[in-house]
Amino acid sequence: MSEAVLSVRNLRTYFMYKDAEVHAVDGVDLDVRAGEIVCLVGESGCGKSMTSLSIMRLVPQPAGRIVSGKILLDGVDLLRLSEDEMTDVRGNQISMIFQEPMTALNPVLTVGDQITEVLLRHRRMRKREAWQRAVEMLEFVGVARAAQIVHEYPHQLSGGMRQRVMIAMAMVCEPKLLIADEPTTALDVTIQAQVLDLMRKMRDDFGTALILITHDLGVVAEMADRVVVMYAGQVVESTDADTLFEEPSHPYTRGLLRSIPSLSDDTETLYSIPGTVPDAAAFPEGCRFADRCPLAQPECLATAPVLREVRPGHWVRCHFADKGSVSV
Amino acid sequence: MTTAQALLEVQDLKKYFPVQKGVLRRTVGYVKAVDGVSFRLQPGETLGIVGESGCGKSTLARTIMRVLEPTAGKILLDGQDISQLSGKALRRIRRKFQMVFQDPYASLNPRMSVQDIIAEPLVVNGLVAARDIPAVVADLLEKVGLKADDRQRYPHEFSGGQRQRIGIARAIAVQPRLIVADEAVSALDVSIQAQILNLMQGLKQELGLSYVFISHNLAVVRYISDQVGVMYLGHLVELTTKQALYQQPLHPYSEALLSAALEPSRKHKRERILLRGDVPNPAHPPTGCPFHTRCPKVMDVCRQSRPTLREAAPGHWVACHLH
Ligand SMILES: Nc1ncnc2c1ncn2[C@@H]1O[C@H](COP(=O)(O)OP(=O)(O)OP(=O)(O)O)[C@@H](O)[C@H]1O
Ligand SMILES: Nc1ncnc2c1ncn2[C@@H]1O[C@H](COP(=O)(O)OP(=O)(O)OP(=O)(O)O)[C@@H](O)[C@H]1O
Ligand SMILES: [Mg+2]
Ligand SMILES: [Mg+2]
Repeated sequence: MSEAVLSVRNLRTYFMYKDAEVHAVDGVDLDVRAGEIVCLVGESGCGKSMTSLSIMRLVPQPAGRIVSGKILLDGVDLLRLSEDEMTDVRGNQISMIFQEPMTALNPVLTVGDQITEVLLRHRRMRKREAWQRAVEMLEFVGVARAAQIVHEYPHQLSGGMRQRVMIAMAMVCEPKLLIADEPTTALDVTIQAQVLDLMRKMRDDFGTALILITHDLGVVAEMADRVVVMYAGQVVESTDADTLFEEPSHPYTRGLLRSIPSLSDDTETLYSIPGTVPDAAAFPEGCRFADRCPLAQPECLATAPVLREVRPGHWVRCHFADKGSVSV
Repeated sequence: MTTAQALLEVQDLKKYFPVQKGVLRRTVGYVKAVDGVSFRLQPGETLGIVGESGCGKSTLARTIMRVLEPTAGKILLDGQDISQLSGKALRRIRRKFQMVFQDPYASLNPRMSVQDIIAEPLVVNGLVAARDIPAVVADLLEKVGLKADDRQRYPHEFSGGQRQRIGIARAIAVQPRLIVADEAVSALDVSIQAQILNLMQGLKQELGLSYVFISHNLAVVRYISDQVGVMYLGHLVELTTKQALYQQPLHPYSEALLSAALEPSRKHKRERILLRGDVPNPAHPPTGCPFHTRCPKVMDVCRQSRPTLREAAPGHWVACHLH
């Protein structure tokens, strides 16, 4: 296997308030290899967006702070870069696509202005040349009438088109790593299929590595090489996509997979994981999933499990992950 | 379709939005967001509505709810035409049908306590005495799986799934017969989504509620619905039981839609029918069948005449020249 483009080690991102300390990201390890598609899944509030904002060094200020860890991009620790150096990285070596394209696009600039702005910042390019490249990029992402669309404003475009413009903007400098946070949640299935095909094409043609955050396990099955499951600020399982769907190991991952209604069968009653996620300002001592886990033992409440490699390439944070055939 | 008294019957419902131009705001055309939709919903039944973005699902929901004025057509609730009601008569009938919205963040007033939010429709309708409100609200909160103590808290103190439950508690407070849910679980992660879906199913059995359930998640619609309607450009193009639709879709658009949905499995990957292009502009819909510009099975007749919704098999309605 090739070297990791991105290695996150023991990342902790907290929100500091007078009366509370919210442990949004609490010791995350993550590796992404060149050209690999890694899907990041987990319950709402488990720290997926904060992990990616930490990688971009865009954690909300002033309350949010990266308190420890390393974020290595091709061996360079991004946490040691100055703000100026980091500006050169963003949009150039790492790009991010946000869930709601309307908030990330500037409503008063044309599509062409926004794409060329990225090029003018990171590449020594004349305006004419940048404009030409913007049109090419829009054509590449499948925007029909690209030469006209460059002159239009975001509100004139449909949801699917805006998402393509976002991808064009993120990819125009051919970054090593693209982070996409729920890129298709707002889209219907037919447009979703188009956007996913496009992201795979980006990987195939440019070798871009992709971190894809989604709560849609159908998207995970379709796209992922590897899947990282987060729970309460930590990684609880990390493995290749086939293993995740065939032999999920962590009881939380299994619960998640059982909670999805089926498209091809009639489900009588749908399983749902009992209880709720623990408060990120007061995580329990032991396993963070213990009070919702059907397999919990006294040991689970007492000591926190570590992320262990139970089989080559399959990491699980559970005391019982390799203790025979446990079933939920 | 049966002849028994339907809870909700929608007859040839239309909602057109004027397209205006110039300083004089002259009307130069219409967006036919809902263009002649008809269906019947029996008590205790759930009708799922699916279709691409912009096909008119939300407009249909809001028009049924009488949040929007219908351009034409009838809406019968328990046999009574409510499409022309206004003022006090409309407020009185509102009790019977409630709406749950997509966004649990935007649809709850952040300055009101949970108790005030849930009690509002009760107070407006004069259904409970002030001194009974805490007990009634506590009971509703428990019904949706929240705690009686949550009464005094404010929306921002709850997670997305919990807020969605508050919205549902408010909707069921007035004991409606029908709930229209517009993308009510779309913003939720799968484990919270499962909790909300089970809650809605439970209320259906316990209170005999009916739902019109709008979603772009086809697996969720299959789980929750009895009947499913497929919309395209303001028209219902297929309407049948969920079994028939998911096992044997008749309309080429339904086929394409189902084929584009992703399964959470690495094993059975289906052949996808990729639709070319975007949905046509609803201000300038194509002639003939609204789907003919993207239909992989288009015939000459499709460009000329619009197919009507016909019963192609018992209980299976489709608007397509192939059937
Ligand atoms: N500005 C903030 N101040 C305090 N806490 C915050 C802030 N932003 C996020 N958090 C907390 O950090 C934790 C992680 O949030 P994050 O947005 O990363 O979750 P997520 O996994 O992306 O969830 P979702 O699936 O809902 O997007 C949550 O507990 C959240 O409440
Ligand atoms: N108030 C309005 N004025 C003018 N046009 C409108 C208005 N509301 C909706 N429309 C148009 O009517 C059509 C149907 O919109 P609607 O919101 O009902 O679609 P939808 O099926 O709910 O889509 P989505 O899945 O994106 O929510 C769209 O073309 C939309 O632009
Ligand atoms: Mg997030
Ligand atoms: Mg809508």
